[in-house]
Amino acid sequence: MEMKNNNEEILHINNLVVEYSSGKEKVHAVNDVSFGLGGGETLGLVGETGAGKTTIAKSILRILPDMSAKIQSGEIIFNGENLLELSEHQMGRVRGNYISMIFQDPMTALNPIMRVGNQIADGIKIHQNVTKAEARKQAEEMLEMVGIPRERYGDYPHQFSGGMKQRIVIAIALACHPKLLIADEPTSALDVTIQAQIMEMIKKLQNESGTAMILITHDLGIVAENCDRVAVVYAGQIVEYGTKRDIFKRTAHPYTMGLFKALPNMNEDTERLMPISGQPVDPTKLPQGCSFHPRCQYATEKCRTQAVPLIETEDGHLCRCHYCRENLDRFHH
Amino acid sequence: MTLLEVENLQKYFKTPNGMLHAVDGVSLSIEKGHTVGVVGESGCGKSTLGRTMIHLQESTGGKIIYQGEDITHVSSKKLKEIRTKMQIIFQDPYSLLNARMSVKDTVEEPLKLARHLRGAELDEEARRLMELTGIDKRMWLSYPHELDGGRRQRVGIARALAMNPEFIVCDEPVSALDVSIQAQILNLLQDIQEARGLTYMFVTHDMSVVKHIATNICVMYLGKVVEFSETKALFSNPIHPYTKALLSAIPSTDIDHPTQRIILKGKITSPIDPAPECCFAARCNYACDRCRRPQELRKMGNGHMVACCRAEELG
Repeated sequence: MEMKNNNEEILHINNLVVEYSSGKEKVHAVNDVSFGLGGGETLGLVGETGAGKTTIAKSILRILPDMSAKIQSGEIIFNGENLLELSEHQMGRVRGNYISMIFQDPMTALNPIMRVGNQIADGIKIHQNVTKAEARKQAEEMLEMVGIPRERYGDYPHQFSGGMKQRIVIAIALACHPKLLIADEPTSALDVTIQAQIMEMIKKLQNESGTAMILITHDLGIVAENCDRVAVVYAGQIVEYGTKRDIFKRTAHPYTMGLFKALPNMNEDTERLMPISGQPVDPTKLPQGCSFHPRCQYATEKCRTQAVPLIETEDGHLCRCHYCRENLDRFHH
Repeated sequence: MTLLEVENLQKYFKTPNGMLHAVDGVSLSIEKGHTVGVVGESGCGKSTLGRTMIHLQESTGGKIIYQGEDITHVSSKKLKEIRTKMQIIFQDPYSLLNARMSVKDTVEEPLKLARHLRGAELDEEARRLMELTGIDKRMWLSYPHELDGGRRQRVGIARALAMNPEFIVCDEPVSALDVSIQAQILNLLQDIQEARGLTYMFVTHDMSVVKHIATNICVMYLGKVVEFSETKALFSNPIHPYTKALLSAIPSTDIDHPTQRIILKGKITSPIDPAPECCFAARCNYACDRCRRPQELRKMGNGHMVACCRAEELG
């Protein structure tokens, strides 16, 4: 199934399959994931812990642990090249230069015994082929862009608060004006007021340099405010994909609906929350048929036996459910 | 009936640079059967307040009154007795659980140590607690590493309930959990509260969670209570500029009506030896000369209390 994008695509993932081996067991982390991303566009990857969101992100940068993870098949086409076919040396030129990543925990992403300014300048020196002085100048500019005075260039990470550390991580990630930014829960460790500032800043910098973004989060509020398109991931598969409006206003998959229902609602009073019944699937033993059927209140015999392809429910709105069209009536009457 | 009350409670920590005022003169009373939500940024002292109230830490000053009795300074024997009435559920149940103890052993431990149960009685009480908190039978002999976050939190709750407490401090109990599991745990906490008439103090930074579960909300900033109100009133009519900014920062899932954001500028005041002025003035959009004076928590009617000299204009 082709995904539609208005802008020219800079990333296209085709049928990605990633497995982890732990002991004798195989963990099916990513099962046949395909999606595309246009230049400057923001795609939200949403799902529960263990759904495979971070594995997809790490596959793009090829930073999965060598020992346990294996990309079984698929293509990751970035700028017309399949990243999975590049040598390690060529990949080094891509990371931090064309594609960079912001990790969830800024405390562990920074080197504690290196001055923060030098950590920003490092990437610039490696990728931009500039002098030390020029790298420093650019790093100072990046610091100011993320709202930290350039006088603090020589400070160490422990001298900054959590929010400021995350700003530094963002400065490092954006220092080379990447084409694609992968932000993995960039604000989950931060307070809401700081979160608002950080997201505002990422959006501003993203707009300025036309960077596309994959935003991984479990916070549907953040998705609503920042994403153009959304992919909902369950058990290593995209179960629903569409524009923000498709996902929020024309929800077609029971899992997506379940996520919305489980949230405490800010605008209405609910006596009791509605958790999705059951537990997330065990990725070592994926069920037959639709992987969500054991938790789905609408599951039928068909769901238990027949695997589901992504079905185009409405124009450009994809959903992996046998009954996606019925669901539209069921959920939005 | 008031179950627990603190008056001008203080908890300071010594640091190389001076005294860190983690809790700085908090007065609060909690009614029996209510859930008081305590919200604020990390480092505002909300967890420290919870821990000091139940005597996990000695307070620096002020009073703690439990059912009319001053328990600020009590003998260790008395403290042991009080502690059975006041329990805590932590954010990260993994670091609380002993990796080498099975679920059943973990739940049985407090029953043995504090309630001196043995044999069949012990077994029966442990089963009852594990069933109450919804831990599957097949998990009873599992070890912490075999459990996911939600199940670990259930063990943490079962353990807290083992003492038959009247008051539980829930310190960010769901912030490490996925929304679906979060919903399960919140429902569980509500069910237990109803069944046992428990009183909760719910410490969290998640405004949607606190709105769902709390009867009253206490907003903290740098160790002080800046606003206290009944939950509905706080969300419909926040008065303190910090509360307004905090509520405006919550990302809305309503894509047609995004929240109008108030962006806070200015430096966060250091909690180390702070000046006696309004602690929020440095970031406040409404700051004026009067903010240089200490701010008292004042009654605004209907139990709504605000620590801001411009509360009347802002309300």
